[in-house]
Order: sequence, then C-alpha cells, then structure tokens
Amino acid sequence: MSFAADNANYGTLIWRRFRRHRLGFLGFLFTIFIYLVAAFTEFLAPHSQSTYKARDVYAPPQSIRFFVKDRSRQETFRLHVLGYRSKVDYDSGKRTFVEDPRKIIQLGFWVRGDKYELWGLFDYDRHLFGPIKKSDRVYFFGADRLGRDVLSRTIHATRVSMTIGLVGVALSLILGIMIGGISGFFGGFIDLGIQRMIEILQSIPSIPLWIGLAAAIPPTAPPIQTYFLITIILSIIGWTGLARVVRGRFMALKNEDFIKAARLDGNRPLRIIFKYMLPNFLSHIIAVVTLAIPGMIIAETSLSFLGIGLRQPVVSWGVLLQEAQNLKSISTAPWLFLPGFAVVLAVLSLNFLGDGLRDAGDPYEN
Amino acid sequence: MMITVFVITVVSFFIIILPPGDFVDRIVLEANQYGEVFEEHEIADLRRMYGLDQSALEQYLIWMGNILFRGDFGYSFGWDVPVSELISQRLGLTTTLSVVTLMFIWIVAIPIGIYSAVRKYSLGDYAATFVGFVGLAVPNFLLALVLLYISFRYFGQSVGGLFSPEYINAPWSFDKFLDLLSHLWIPTIVLGTAGTAEVIRKIRANLLDELHRPYVLTARAKGLTELNLVIKYPVRHSLNPFVSDLNDLFVKIISGETIVAVVLGLQTTGPLLLQALKEEDLYLASSLIMFLSFLAVLGTLFSDLCLMLLDPRIRRQAREGEMM
Repeated sequence: MSFAADNANYGTLIWRRFRRHRLGFLGFLFTIFIYLVAAFTEFLAPHSQSTYKARDVYAPPQSIRFFVKDRSRQETFRLHVLGYRSKVDYDSGKRTFVEDPRKIIQLGFWVRGDKYELWGLFDYDRHLFGPIKKSDRVYFFGADRLGRDVLSRTIHATRVSMTIGLVGVALSLILGIMIGGISGFFGGFIDLGIQRMIEILQSIPSIPLWIGLAAAIPPTAPPIQTYFLITIILSIIGWTGLARVVRGRFMALKNEDFIKAARLDGNRPLRIIFKYMLPNFLSHIIAVVTLAIPGMIIAETSLSFLGIGLRQPVVSWGVLLQEAQNLKSISTAPWLFLPGFAVVLAVLSLNFLGDGLRDAGDPYEN
Repeated sequence: MMITVFVITVVSFFIIILPPGDFVDRIVLEANQYGEVFEEHEIADLRRMYGLDQSALEQYLIWMGNILFRGDFGYSFGWDVPVSELISQRLGLTTTLSVVTLMFIWIVAIPIGIYSAVRKYSLGDYAATFVGFVGLAVPNFLLALVLLYISFRYFGQSVGGLFSPEYINAPWSFDKFLDLLSHLWIPTIVLGTAGTAEVIRKIRANLLDELHRPYVLTARAKGLTELNLVIKYPVRHSLNPFVSDLNDLFVKIISGETIVAVVLGLQTTGPLLLQALKEEDLYLASSLIMFLSFLAVLGTLFSDLCLMLLDPRIRRQAREGEMM
C-alpha cells in the first residue's frame, strides 16, 4: 500500500468504508429512493389521494398485463389491466369483482390524469404511469372502503410519514445537543440534575405518555398544526437518547490530549467545540440520528393508527393502516395491509443505513 | 427512587390536566350535538360537582392526599365507579402479560443469541438475523393485525382477547387460569418479537467481542469442553450489558402493551387508558399512566438487583452505598 498516493481526507475514508458495507449501501440507495418518492408524490401516484369511485369500493388489486388479443387472434404488445365487472349479492350485501376481458384499460407513461400542484408552485396534470384515458382508474394495490386507490394513497402518505421522522429527529437533535452539551460541558451539579431528569423521562413508558399528550390535540385543529404538534410530542421523549450520546461523547473527548493541547494553545471553548470536538463525533451523531428516524416513523404510525395522531384528510401510513383496524375490513380487503409494507421497508432501509454509517465512522473497525 | 416516584405522579397528572378541555367540555359538546344547550351556570355547577373548578395544583394536591391517606385514587367520570375498582384486575393482567413476555424473551433470545455468536455465519445465524430484522422493522400492532388475519383466514377462529367469552366475567378459577394461558401466547409473541430481536443482536455482538479474549484461550487450554467453557466465562460477561439494558426492555414491553392490547382486544390497561384519554377521564387516565410508570420503575429496580447478582463489582459498590 502506498501512502503517498493516498492522502484522502476523513470524509473520503468514511465514504470508502461505507461503500464496502453492503447492507448499509443498499439501505442508503433505498432511503434516497423513498425520499425521492416523497418529493414527487403527486407525479408518481397514478391518481390523487382523495378521488374516489363508489363503484370500486374494495376492488381487489389488478395486475399488469402485456399482450392484447385482437379479432384475428394476433397478440400485440400493449400494457393494460382488465377492468372489473362487479356483482352485488343482495342477501349478504357483499360485492364480488370479476375481471372483464372486454374492459381493457390501457396504461401508459407520462399520461394526463388528476390535476395537481407540485410543491405549491406548478400546476400540472401529468403522471408517471397510469391509465391513458383520463376517466379510467387503476388499482395496483386495490381500493379502500370509499373506492380510493390504495397505491396512490400509499405514495402520497410517503411524504408525511417520511418527513415527520425527519422533523421529529431534527427537533430532538436540537434539544439533545443543547441539553446534552450543557450537561457534558459543565459537568458537576448541572450534569447530575439533567441526567436524573433524563432517567426519569426514560422510565416512563413512551406510548402511554405519547397518547396522553396526543389525545389533547383537538380534533378540529388544522392539519399543519396537528402535524407539528405530533412532531413536538415525539421529540419530548426523543431528545433524551440523543442528549445522552452527545454528553457521553463530550465527556470522553474533554480529557483527550489533543483537546487539552487545543485549550493550552489558547482556543476559546466554542472554537474547541466546533473545530476539534464536533468533527470527532459528527459521524457518530449522524449514525445515531439516522437510527432514531425509524423509531419516530413507527411512533407516528402507531399514534395515527390508534386514531389520535394525524387525521384525515392528511394521509400518512398510519392513517391508511387505520382502515385495516378491524378484522372485518382486513378479511374483506387484505390489501389494506399494503401500506404496512411501506413502513417496514422504510424502517429497514433507514436501520441498515444507520448501521452502515456507524460502522464506517468507527476508526477502530478493521 | 422516591424522587422518581414523585416526579412520575406529577407528570402523569399534569399531562392530562394541563391541555385545554376537560370532561365537562365533552359533556357540553355531546349535548350540543343532540341539540341541548347548557346554560353558563349549569356548566359551572357540573364543574363544581366533578371538582374541576379548582386550579390544577389544588386538584393535584387533593388527588395525592386522597391516595396517600385513604388509598383512594379518585372517581372515574366516564364509568361512574372508583378508579381502583376499574383498574385493579386489568393492572394485574398487564403485569402478568409483561412479565411473561419478558420471560419469553429471555428463554428464546439468550440461547439463540449464544448460538448465533458461537456458530457465526451458519444457517441458524442467518435465520436469527432474519428474525432480528423482522422484529426490528415490523411495528407491534402490524404484527398483531397480521396474526389476527392469518388465524382468522386459515384457522377460522378469532384470537383476540385474553379469555374465552364464557370466562370474561367469571370469577377466578383454575379453569379460567388455563383459559388465560391458552390465550396468552399470541400477545406474548406479538409483544416479545421486537425485544427478542434486540436481545439476540445484543448478546451476539457482546459474545463475539468476548470469544477472542485470552481468558477463553486459557480455559480452552485447561481442557474444558466447548459448551462448559462458553457458558461459564464469556456468556457471563456478555450478559452484563444486556442486564443493564433490561429496564429499557421492560419499559418498552409495557409501552407496547398499550397498543397491542387495543388491536387484540385484551382486557388489560391499554384499551381502558385510550378510552379514558379520549373522554378526558382525568383520574382514571392519570392513575393508569402513573401505575404503568411505577411498573416500569419496579422493572428497573429488578434489573439493578439482577445486575448485582451477576456482577461482583456492582455488589461491592452497593455495599459501599454508592447505589443509593
């Protein structure tokens, strides 16, 4: 190994180690994918989140078909799904769906569909993938109790669910760094008090505490307000873990020789913190933060699922899963579970990403 | 310890009382929906009747005083019965379920964790890792729902609840106890999966660190069989960080129990708490949150005692009075 050619800086070194962590890198790619989905929900979803069709209540998922037979029995390539013919059994009140081979719904890319406003800036009506005829509807994930497309709703929910994790963690991080930093930097009596407070907060079971706080949000509150209140509630517990990590790192570094040297050189405390201490635990903090996001996502999902988190018309994965709350609806429409897979995928990839970052940031890893 | 208990009582009370809106507001709102309108003085009378007209601090002091001197946890507005009557049995069931889940996690996770560390990268290790990922990523309530669906779809029975219908209101008997046991396993698995996954990961990682220490080599050179050796030395070491995280695990179980109980329709504290919170049933909700937190604190105490049993260094600290 030649050292002369290899004067890579710290970031490059971490990146190289990270690339070797296969699961971590996979999680990284997938996390980027999910956040891209969150950024372009309106364009990616075939339909808007609220358009419905009463005739398609609980329509099962449709699968994409590739070839169409014409009259001369020639098969031509054409992306399509088959529409449903529905029959209502008036005795049981149940509706059964049968695929109708004559109802061909053609699919295409970059098609015109429901109008939307991307990021509140551009009016547009193109969708990445969907039925070519504007009035047709497709259900790759089936339809819910009002005849809304579950796939479109899952995609729309991505934005709320994924950002609530980010915002919640950002809030926790600000609190955690401030309080943990104070605790670690001053030590002594202040440190003892703060640590006790954290211990007590952590000894209270979080879900009862969360639902206690979330139940106090009035149902009439505007969606945006509910959204921020929920993130605040989640970070009330969330900051404690981060504060502990920050404090631990501060404590460990405070007595290191190079920090002493920096102090003897006459650096001011703030400069010591930002120039010498922060780079040393930044990668660790990033990893811990990444690992904290999935917890937030699950917490939000659980609260909304119980009906005391976010509420319609806001859609998050938890709000969607609320539809699958009782045995009756999941036995008629098992596809209502599908938003749950989005939760699992998001949580897994963020966990892998966090694990990878932590391993990559650890200089003693061989 | 005493400070913790005190802070918990404060937190559990003020979480419920401080946010705007109380039980009387709910009554008024409901009455409005039926077209009834309350007069100002009627509302004031109602508040006085429920004792909600005093300041938050006064209400807290009265509540605390009654608990301390008369063992009275207040009155449930929504149910019209004393809180203690409502929660005693449910609290017992919650405790049972939490402790059983904790046992389940130990019994399952410790051997699997040891196995997957000793036989690293074996088929069993990969299987354990897979279970670990599932436990990590699938929220409790989703797992409960999926189990509900599977058992309904493929076994044609509903698995909800902790008792069969005929035992729900029956007095305690041996048959009822057996019935409880036969229903307990589903919530136990649902609640335990996440913890099991975590413990397997932790024990595996800890044990892998220990297995290459020189003292293991020494023991091996002494001629101990591999099984004896692993269990006698490195496992004991690797259990240490796990036991100190035990309280965390127990708190998580209690916390998760709330939501799983709602999904599975268990007669534990979870559904009662949720309903009490939605109805702003002040004393019921506060007492429930308080007791759940006490349970968690007891778990912490228990884990500290376990740690003392396991680790002689901590025993010595305790003797010298540092733990108090």
